[in-house]
Amino acid sequence: MAHDHSHDHDHSELSETQLRVRALETVLTEKGYVDPAALDLLIETYEKKVGPRNGARVVARAWADPAYRARLFKDATPAIAELGYAGRQGEHIVALENTPKLHNMVVCTLCSCYPWPVLGLPPVWYKSAPYRSRAVADPRGVLADFGVNLPKDTEIHIWDSTSEIRYLVVPMRPAGTDGWSEERLASLVTRDSMIGTGLPKSPGDVR
Amino acid sequence: MNGAQDMGGMHGFGPVVPEPNEPVFHAEWEKRAFALTLAMGMPGGWNIDQSRFARENRDPAEYLSMSYYQIWFAALEAMLKERALVAEDEIAAGHSLHQAKPVQRVLSPADVLKVLHRGGPTERNTNTTPAFKPGDKVRAKNINPLTHTRLPRYVRGRIGCIDRIIGFHVYPDSNATGAGEKPQWLYNVTFSGRELWGPDGDPTTKVSVDAWEPYLDPV
Repeated sequence: MAHDHSHDHDHSELSETQLRVRALETVLTEKGYVDPAALDLLIETYEKKVGPRNGARVVARAWADPAYRARLFKDATPAIAELGYAGRQGEHIVALENTPKLHNMVVCTLCSCYPWPVLGLPPVWYKSAPYRSRAVADPRGVLADFGVNLPKDTEIHIWDSTSEIRYLVVPMRPAGTDGWSEERLASLVTRDSMIGTGLPKSPGDVR
Repeated sequence: MNGAQDMGGMHGFGPVVPEPNEPVFHAEWEKRAFALTLAMGMPGGWNIDQSRFARENRDPAEYLSMSYYQIWFAALEAMLKERALVAEDEIAAGHSLHQAKPVQRVLSPADVLKVLHRGGPTERNTNTTPAFKPGDKVRAKNINPLTHTRLPRYVRGRIGCIDRIIGFHVYPDSNATGAGEKPQWLYNVTFSGRELWGPDGDPTTKVSVDAWEPYLDPV
């Protein structure tokens, strides 16, 4: 976040943090408070297994299956659990429907609340001051930073995640995808389109 | 607290700069700091609201100069020291120097996926009824507690509309101080861009926050 730091300064600060983290892990392990194998598994889970491909499968199913779509918008948490995604930082999920008239965008101005089971851990920009400060006051400006320009008559609804409710945006299904399988549809769903800072890919992008 | 974490509506931070093909972690220490934070929740005995307060409870200049995982790690250190689970001389030495305190439970590898899958739901049972209903106009209270709150400054004093009754949920303002969960009715409250930002607001935008009943006054 600090833009005025020199690279050398950044590096020495980082190595200091690195040493302290290593020291604390050793202390906690020696005291028997943590099991390093559990730490490895936590890291592996969020680095390799839980990520936006989960959310993309949810969105693709909502595009392909009207009954699922209805369940998702009625009560997203059990609908998402049907696909096996549940738990930490996704205990109470609400799905938000984008339409030609309404675009939804999610932020956490107070920290970094994010629906982990469906999107994984948040990217740095989501946790950064520029996004958290501007999303609620200048959403069109923020969207322009992402190269997204919505029609002027599209209303923008910002959801500030101030409680334990987590929000998942369901973007509009791109045109030209009739008859596509769920798997193929999921390839169009980007992480940012489920936060509301982006739009899904179009069929031409994945051919 | 009115700290640097409460950023909604601040100016001057510049554009949002997404990183193409961003990795989940940017350094080995970030992975370890993240995993230590998750794993210490059980033996540490703190709740999520206490963790959030430990992260935001610092000099604003310091908060803004730290990366997000640096903030997480600083909060973890602070909570461990507060509970005398770890002392500064031990971190400096890189070894345990004092006898370990008994803790309730340690996260085992066999339990990791179970614990993550269970999470920590915050909805509670009640026989009370909500004071507000969808469509009601409410004003967010002008409160400025020194302790943890989830009512952002930018909505305080502003008039919004109850969109939805979410449920009866743990109240962070109480839970963060260790005074108990004291669950309250939680609502989705929507404000127009103009109500929040005056003539500088975009009339085609609206903002929702989740607000507990004690944050709201009827209009």
